[in-house]
Amino acid sequence: MPKQTFILNGKPVTVNVNDDVRVLWVLRDLLGVTGPKYGCGINVCKACTSHLNGKAFNPCSVKVGDLRKNDKVTTIEGLPATVGAKGEDLHPMQEAWLELDVAQCGYCQPGQIMAAVALVKKVRREGRDITEADLDRIRNVCRCGTYVRIREAIEKGARAMR
Amino acid sequence: MTALEHDPQATQHEQPEAPEGGLGRRGFLGWVMAGTTLVVAADLGLSRTAATAAIPSLPQVPEIYDLEDLQTDAALPTANLVTVTINKDGTASFALPRMEVGQGIVTSTAMILAEELDLPVEKVKVTLAPARPELLFNQLTGGSNTTFSTFTPIRVAAAVARRRLLDAAAIQLGTTVDRLTTTGGIISDTLGNTVTYGDLATSAASQVVEAVEVLLKSKPDYQVIGKPRNRTDAREAVTGRKKFTTDLDVPGALPTMVCRPPEHQGSPKRVRNRARVLKMPGVTHVAMVDTGVAVRARTFGQCIDAIRELEVDWNRGTVSGESDQTILAKLKAQELPMVVPQVPVLAQQVDTRFEFMFRSSAALEPYAAIADVRKDRAEVWAGLKAPIVAQGNIAAATGLRPDQVKVNVVTGGGSFGHKLFGDHAIEAATISRAMGVPVKLTWHRVDEPRQGRLHPMATSRVRATMLAGQVLSFEQRHTSVTTDFSHGLGEMITSLADELPTGLGGLGFAETIFTLTQELPYNFGVVTQLLNEPLEFEDKFSTGSMRNIYSPDTCVAAELTIDLMAKKAGKDPMQFRLDHVKNKRVRAVLEKVKKEGSWGRKMPKGMAQGVALHKEYKGATAVLVEIDCRPQTVGRDLGRETYTGPRVTKAVIAVDCGLVINPRGVEAQMQGGFMDGLAMTLSASNHLRDGRFLEASWDNYFYTRQWNVPPEGVEVHIVDPGSDTPGGVGEAAVGSSAAAVACAYARATGTLPTRFPINHGQLRFKPKSFVPSLPPSPTDGLKKTY
Ligand code: FES
Ligand code: FES
Repeated sequence: MPKQTFILNGKPVTVNVNDDVRVLWVLRDLLGVTGPKYGCGINVCKACTSHLNGKAFNPCSVKVGDLRKNDKVTTIEGLPATVGAKGEDLHPMQEAWLELDVAQCGYCQPGQIMAAVALVKKVRREGRDITEADLDRIRNVCRCGTYVRIREAIEKGARAMR
Repeated sequence: MTALEHDPQATQHEQPEAPEGGLGRRGFLGWVMAGTTLVVAADLGLSRTAATAAIPSLPQVPEIYDLEDLQTDAALPTANLVTVTINKDGTASFALPRMEVGQGIVTSTAMILAEELDLPVEKVKVTLAPARPELLFNQLTGGSNTTFSTFTPIRVAAAVARRRLLDAAAIQLGTTVDRLTTTGGIISDTLGNTVTYGDLATSAASQVVEAVEVLLKSKPDYQVIGKPRNRTDAREAVTGRKKFTTDLDVPGALPTMVCRPPEHQGSPKRVRNRARVLKMPGVTHVAMVDTGVAVRARTFGQCIDAIRELEVDWNRGTVSGESDQTILAKLKAQELPMVVPQVPVLAQQVDTRFEFMFRSSAALEPYAAIADVRKDRAEVWAGLKAPIVAQGNIAAATGLRPDQVKVNVVTGGGSFGHKLFGDHAIEAATISRAMGVPVKLTWHRVDEPRQGRLHPMATSRVRATMLAGQVLSFEQRHTSVTTDFSHGLGEMITSLADELPTGLGGLGFAETIFTLTQELPYNFGVVTQLLNEPLEFEDKFSTGSMRNIYSPDTCVAAELTIDLMAKKAGKDPMQFRLDHVKNKRVRAVLEKVKKEGSWGRKMPKGMAQGVALHKEYKGATAVLVEIDCRPQTVGRDLGRETYTGPRVTKAVIAVDCGLVINPRGVEAQMQGGFMDGLAMTLSASNHLRDGRFLEASWDNYFYTRQWNVPPEGVEVHIVDPGSDTPGGVGEAAVGSSAAAVACAYARATGTLPTRFPINHGQLRFKPKSFVPSLPPSPTDGLKKTY
């Protein structure tokens, strides 16, 4: 069986699995990294949102064989380390989530936070701030309806990400 | 955004309250259990004290005795104990016989315990109890009942523990209990000597069971209850450490999915290519069960690939050939007649009829369960709100005795009524038994709207008769596809049949629940609200409640009709409601939204306000919304597969839910409930065509997304009625939100919507294939990064 190698949350990993298995299952079923959630498997619900080389991607829709060995996959578990947080410290976006007590059941929230961080970075690259229109376009489903607090938390987290 | 305030108008109770806090505080009995560390217990039946009062003829049943009372009374005779343990590290632990699905009951329970124990909330560890068959009805999470029914017993247990710790401290410090004070888990005497709960955990323990009488703290002394508090599991949730069922690592339980029939509730006849599919990468087992063909593999992705390859002959489903229109016609034929004849002399009448489509109650976490079934025992892990019923069903499905089945309750990724049923746990156990290996079962998203639980299709007719501006009568006839109550509520009703208030005897389960939940909060003369669930629909659809049972639909029908009545009477809709509200508690919430939402403010053409009121679960909720139905908003183009439609721009909610444990939790439940109501009125439904449901994705089933969220926010105001007892909040906002949105839409467009959701008539997506039952997993994710 082919060997798949990539960088997961800062450390290189190698797994024996066919090229066509989607990254989500490699993470969850083979590596036991369960922060990214399954909510649809067809790139609609966005519960699995993680980062690939710092940009949001949906691992349910990427074959593991399409990853290169230097590709950096970051899941919610590895998010704090991307800003150099140590020990139990968190990423500012996670802190904002805590302050606004966003989560209800929590199932969508790892994906929401990863999407939020990527969105803030994207608009910064474009040299601007987050707008209502940006927030409106976030596709991540929250069936518990925590959307209002998600919007507030993103704005708060964005300010802290300066 | 929460404003917790005391509304002087609402302080007078118009309904009998529990005796506690009234004339002198009542003592409660609890127990110290035998153990090596301090373990105390209280009877879960403590929540209610006396039999229900006689029913005067005029008020509707729920004003005296509602669904919460039924659930609470059903818990009475079981006389079973909940225990609190004081650990040597100074923490307290408690296993809650309920299920957390996101509603925040773990947090509110920890707060209640902390209050009575004088212990910081962080030191209270609340876990979910596995199935405890001896608890019977005491282990069903539903109808927003948790806090209402466990409030007193939990406090009694905590008070016993505190009392016992004080006794032990008095001995150790050589003083008397009245010279001791407790704060933050530390006991101090007047000289400044201290000892912690942890130090005393062992010495306070007892070798025998002892009864202890305690008094409970009264409301003015509360330090924790009523103060906003973030969820205790928030950190786990934002770090991804919170474990849901499929995140658990149970040895040997490999990913398993099911290839499901094209028709709703169909079944497999024959698998044609089992041997070939067994050879596919990763696949370990293929087994036919009554719900489909199960595949077990090394990864879920390989299960999906295998399911797409399977060739299966299917039996027809239970509604083969039926469509929305045929079911609606059957419902129409069964509608119960009104009592007041049409067009009596001189009187004015408003006659309305509304249709409510099927809706999926699926959560974001699809149905999932882990099962390990052996010859002589079974163990199951799943999100279950009625684990005892599931345990019995699993035993029956696997040929084991209930005591050979261990059911572990896992926190669920949302429920909304979905997890009242043990479908997923029973199916996983059946598959594990058929394969002879442990399995970790997940439903594919596609399976949820097509084969999962649905909120039943229904119609609601209303006839109101008015004479010279006075409302003489208000009749409502609700006709619904059968609602499945086989999750335990049905049994509760049967067991209480003789004790229920007059007027309920002889009704079926559904009709009883309907009568227990419907409570029109207006003085409209003679009010009758009746339900008919024709028998012809029994077992035809997989149904259940969905974050409330009938109320969202009945509330939409009633409130839209009330707007028409106001129009006939030449009154403003808000004023007309205020003129007819039944009591001060409902008036208070209505007045609140009127003020906070600036009722009557001028809006551009195509935009309008709407207001609605709902009373249930020992509380009341009023919602005021503003909606934008202008073409430029309705037609917003946000890309492929994105249904936008009318947009609610602002929502203001006022809720009276009795004693508030955690205002922040109430706010979250209101905001979440609002989104449900919004979806039910504007966008979310399932389409039935030829015995199949077409929806298969969140891009087909339009539950709300960010682009539907009111940009000006969802404001929540808690109106405190001064009550000593908590009511339910989990479902309280859904009905009034759905109705307020419907009323606003009607006013903005100048039309009366009669079918909900309003967008049901136009199919806005291309249905996914039925054979194969699952769509291919995409491969273009790298092109969609941002
Ligand atoms: S599971 Fe990846 S988007 Fe839904
Ligand atoms: S918090 Fe439950 S789905 Fe978002």
